Amino acid sequence: MNEKLHLNQANVDKARESAHRIAVDTQSFIDLHTTVTVERTVCRLLGIDGVNALDVPLPNVVVDHMSEKGLLGVGAAYLIGLAMLDTGKDPQAIAEGIDDGSIDLSSLPPHSIGEIRSVIMPVAEATVERIRKNVAKRNEYLNEFGDKTDPYLYVIVATGNIYEDITQAKAAAKQGADIIAVIRTTGQSLLDYVPYGATTEGFGGTYATQENFRLMRAALDEVGEEQHRYIRLCNYCSGLCMPEIAAMGALERLDVMLNDALYGILFRDINPQRTIIDQFMSRVINSFAGVIINTGEDNYLTTADAVEEAHTVLASQFLNEQFALEAGLPEEQQGLGHAFEIDPDVPNGFLYELAQAQMARQIFPKAPLKYMPPTKFMTGNIFRGHVQDALFNIVTILTGQKLHLLGMLTEAIHTPFMSDRALSIENAQYIFRTMHDLGDDITFREGGIMETRANEVLQKATDLLGEIEKMGLFATLEKGIFADIKRSRDGGKGLAGVTRKDAVYFNPFIELMKRSL
Amino acid sequence: MSSGLYNTHKADFDTHFDPTRVKAYGDTMNDGKVQFSFTLPVKNDERGVEAARQLVRKMGVDEPNVACAKTLDKEFTFFVVYGSVVHSVDYENIHVVTVEAETMGMEETNEYIREHFGRKIVMVGASTGTDAHTVGIDAIMNRKGFAGHYGLERYEMIEAYNWGAQIPNEEFVKKALEVNADVLLVSQTVTQKDIHIQNLTELIEYLEAEGLRDRFIVCCGGARITHELAKELGYDAGFGAGKYADDVATFAVTEMVKRGMK
Repeated sequence: MNEKLHLNQANVDKARESAHRIAVDTQSFIDLHTTVTVERTVCRLLGIDGVNALDVPLPNVVVDHMSEKGLLGVGAAYLIGLAMLDTGKDPQAIAEGIDDGSIDLSSLPPHSIGEIRSVIMPVAEATVERIRKNVAKRNEYLNEFGDKTDPYLYVIVATGNIYEDITQAKAAAKQGADIIAVIRTTGQSLLDYVPYGATTEGFGGTYATQENFRLMRAALDEVGEEQHRYIRLCNYCSGLCMPEIAAMGALERLDVMLNDALYGILFRDINPQRTIIDQFMSRVINSFAGVIINTGEDNYLTTADAVEEAHTVLASQFLNEQFALEAGLPEEQQGLGHAFEIDPDVPNGFLYELAQAQMARQIFPKAPLKYMPPTKFMTGNIFRGHVQDALFNIVTILTGQKLHLLGMLTEAIHTPFMSDRALSIENAQYIFRTMHDLGDDITFREGGIMETRANEVLQKATDLLGEIEKMGLFATLEKGIFADIKRSRDGGKGLAGVTRKDAVYFNPFIELMKRSL
Repeated sequence: MSSGLYNTHKADFDTHFDPTRVKAYGDTMNDGKVQFSFTLPVKNDERGVEAARQLVRKMGVDEPNVACAKTLDKEFTFFVVYGSVVHSVDYENIHVVTVEAETMGMEETNEYIREHFGRKIVMVGASTGTDAHTVGIDAIMNRKGFAGHYGLERYEMIEAYNWGAQIPNEEFVKKALEVNADVLLVSQTVTQKDIHIQNLTELIEYLEAEGLRDRFIVCCGGARITHELAKELGYDAGFGAGKYADDVATFAVTEMVKRGMK
């Protein structure tokens, strides 16, 4: 590895060790708890799908019933297993029975855990096998077409209508996009259920539903076969249904998922305990399904200052790395996030951006880093905006960022037009082509502005992680260390859905999917 | 393709500025030069180019020149078109509604509050409804502010509460009452399908239904908000692009004095 910046390795090691201890400490809390969405995920993976007459998804029907009967901590796998033994029905029919009132999970005759496992595990293994086949299918495509070694060009579609999204996505893929992210409708992250079926109404985005995933996957496979490239599909595994979205993505072969351990807490005011528990199962699933996650550190810089708060990005990357490893998600699937958000009026701002991107590259050498374009200082002056995006593109090709989220010249004006995307792709392709190996050809001055900047950020991140280690993660969030936002342990949305696991609790999917690294 | 860019024939129009007949300016007074970029859902060929030219001509543009036609997909083409718009506007007779307060600095505002109220003014802000974006409200409220204008949290005489994003209108008002707010600031960033207008309208309707409209100064802001639109929707003021915390603070406190609020 060509180390362009001489970073203080002792600090890197120290920061990583602190983050590791924080993650281990938090994991001991996670292991004792479950949540409503974790249990709904178990239901989904056991094959429970569809909605009732009132449009309530059946996984919600089952888990709401469990909560009402005070059985959430026993877990869906155990209870569905009991019901299977009692009724001889499959999980879907049991969910329907709960909905029509003919099955009551609180009044089933007891069975041994061995008997329960004997009916549940074959169902679970069948689902796991389906996901394994999806991974194999992706690998087949990648073997046939080859995978891109250059940065992936990542664009978003956000029309609100899945069919219009498909038109936009196909055009973008043909223009050269490698990853298509379907932005979710505003507000979906705060729904404590996942809507059902194909959707054509959304604001600022399109509902994440399993059917929408399936439709877009099929469209991208079609255009990929035409173009002889594998087009990756991305969605948002965040909010109150993190693990459920991960499960749906695994079933429909999504390739990339936004999936941050802290984002929901900070930016959606979701209860910290809830998010921390939910992120674990979502990452176990993403890991198993070969999904590259990407984390949301870039968002810190949209609320806090990008120069002063750069170290919180690095600290959070260390934390996300360690939480991901705890969930068995390897570095090669960790798209740790950062962003090009320094005020264009800051002298030498570009050098700081370059220094920070290079620093991230060196500290997380195997991670497919996700790099986000300027948004905060995009003004509506599309002509200057296109230049800002060009500078951002230069940083990526010089420092080997991997998930390159293309900036749009019309950022801050509207969700992208088809032509905005095309102009962005053209901009990036031009810069990546003509500067392809420039990064290998330049060295940075020892003790120069960039090296000094990177070591400063690293020092502050190391100190911060040391402090967090002392305080504990929940206390840190209460103090507003990240993004200037304070979140109390018992505040925010979704706390009611958290419970301690009962002694008989088991989660077949964690057992089957968690990879040991 | 570039014939129009190097137009050598003599300008056959009056090149004197006439404020009652203002035209777009390229490099010569009254040349009317404008640029367009748009996509048509048609194939990129001569027929497509002619379609783009005709569309621009229908918009009142003489000699439209298609400078660029780029294929986006089989049936989608992106065009860049230049031309001379035939229309003009009467600048003399244009009157717009703006927030007319002379903007005070932070210290000046603090002093103004001390003098007129002798207490801190409570200002609360949020992105309400389903809007998940906090960029706008943060720019106005966060201590640090934006583009060199300190945010309301930094004002000694303002007690500022920033409740972030996705706060339902009812909850917003309830919390505002709890902290005894004087000024409500609502930010709307998402603009797809005009949902921001619906949401802004709902807040005012709710305040009116509860008999609370006169209890507060109510302002809205966002990239797509103008003062005129805000007034139409029943707000006291609207702040769009290029407006900062000091503009908002100045308006709010002077308006409170005007209304005789204590």
